[in-house]
Amino acid sequence: MRVIKHKKSGGCQGACCLNVKDLSIQLGNDVILEHVSFHLHCGELVALIGPNGAGKSSLFKTILGQMDHSAGSVTFQLAEGGPVRPRIGYVPQSPNFDPGAPISVLDFFAASISRYPVFLPMPKALRQRVSDCLERVHAAGLIDKRMGALSGGELQRVLLAMALEPLPHILILDEPMSGIDIEGERQLLDMLDEIRTEYDLSILLSTHDFNTLHLVDKVILLKGAVLRTGTPDEVLASPEFRALFPSEHGHLGKGGRQ
Amino acid sequence: MSFWYAVVDLLPFEWAEPGSMFFMKNALLAVLVISPLFGLLSTMVVESRMSFFSDALGHSAFTGIAIGTLCGLASPMWCAVVFAVVFALLYTLVQRKTKMASDTVIGVFSSTAVALGIFISTLGGRSFTKFNTLLIGDILSVTPDKIGLLALILALVLVLWATSWNRMMLSATHPALADSRGIQIFWQQALFTSAVAVVVTVSMTWVGLLVINSLLVLPGAAARNVARNVRQYHLWALVLAVGSGIAGLMTSYYLGSSTGASITLYLAVCFGATFVLKRD
Repeated sequence: MRVIKHKKSGGCQGACCLNVKDLSIQLGNDVILEHVSFHLHCGELVALIGPNGAGKSSLFKTILGQMDHSAGSVTFQLAEGGPVRPRIGYVPQSPNFDPGAPISVLDFFAASISRYPVFLPMPKALRQRVSDCLERVHAAGLIDKRMGALSGGELQRVLLAMALEPLPHILILDEPMSGIDIEGERQLLDMLDEIRTEYDLSILLSTHDFNTLHLVDKVILLKGAVLRTGTPDEVLASPEFRALFPSEHGHLGKGGRQ
Repeated sequence: MSFWYAVVDLLPFEWAEPGSMFFMKNALLAVLVISPLFGLLSTMVVESRMSFFSDALGHSAFTGIAIGTLCGLASPMWCAVVFAVVFALLYTLVQRKTKMASDTVIGVFSSTAVALGIFISTLGGRSFTKFNTLLIGDILSVTPDKIGLLALILALVLVLWATSWNRMMLSATHPALADSRGIQIFWQQALFTSAVAVVVTVSMTWVGLLVINSLLVLPGAAARNVARNVRQYHLWALVLAVGSGIAGLMTSYYLGSSTGASITLYLAVCFGATFVLKRD
């Protein structure tokens, strides 16, 4: 596993360590997750995998504070000590933007980072700020496109840029690979790798796609509970993974680390 | 008002003759206040897919007036405003608590409100016809104090727009994302639905229940055909609403038709034209 170093002198972005301990989530009488425990360290890139309905999105919602849990705890450890409410950057699952909406990337972005009413003439400084944020994910060229006219990969990048402003402590991406091709996936993961080294933040993502899984530090296999945790190779080779995804294990040997 | 009359007297129309036809001059001023109000609201109504909801609100406003009349209130309109706001908040709450599609929830609320209104207004064998004026509306009956009230509401909506439009738009477009950015979605929605409730109820008497919803939908819908960003969207919605408002009032004066319906027809023509000119 990658050695975690704090490259910038400032170290972590304050709170960067996420500690999920013995977490259970119930929706009515249905148990969605039981006894889930894991640690997300500063600068770590962790992938959550599991079949549909495994509880990945519920786990994210609980971490985001949008859903209640029935037992256990979600705590965040500040670098200077003490639990705090950190800033979490969230990139939602394949958002369906109304293709006809007259909302440009600039409008949507500016509305979410500023209180300046976006229906009034846009000040140059705000436009520049949005452009700079988009440049972090190499997407400044999309600024005047409409949200509904973006391709899956472009939308993913714009939402990632939004999640990075203001700079969060933890970045959560729900199924970021859905709707983009394998080349797009590789670019996205490279970008995430760049971001976590640059800003030293922890990244948690869920995915159904195992082709690029070797690019992450740690994999958590989830289905109602944590079935297996470890490096990508360990989890992909485990009997638990093979039992859940029998058709997937064919190309695992070839996948390997680059 | 005398300043307004002095300005209108400069216009080259037969009704603009000094010292006469004050109802027409009042109506023109009222249109100049109401149309931007509806133009603004329509951008958000269309964006948050609430065109059916605003229709239901009109029905609830009528029920509010029926209740107010039953209670013997001097001004049943305020009863209707309160009723419509309660209706809007209750809808927002139920919508949040259920997994049902929003059009189903609106259908439930709308039909309940209409049934309640008809039940109350016909109680004891009374005739329904006294409510007919509400259905068609009559802008020529507007008085200066009501125009002042409408102007006040326009000012309040402008303040709401300046302070909350960004957050209302984010909540409507992507609730989960808005929530993760610390926006209180429920209150944003509640604020907006209440604003629509107040505007619909107060202007119902002059615009008419049957066409009021089209004013809340058509400017935004037509603007959407051609706008590429939020600034163009607002500009188009405002220009089309005000332009159709004035043209509709003129037409109704010379042809003797209902003003609300005339304005709506102009807006429908605008929609058709922008549809043909569609951007992409």
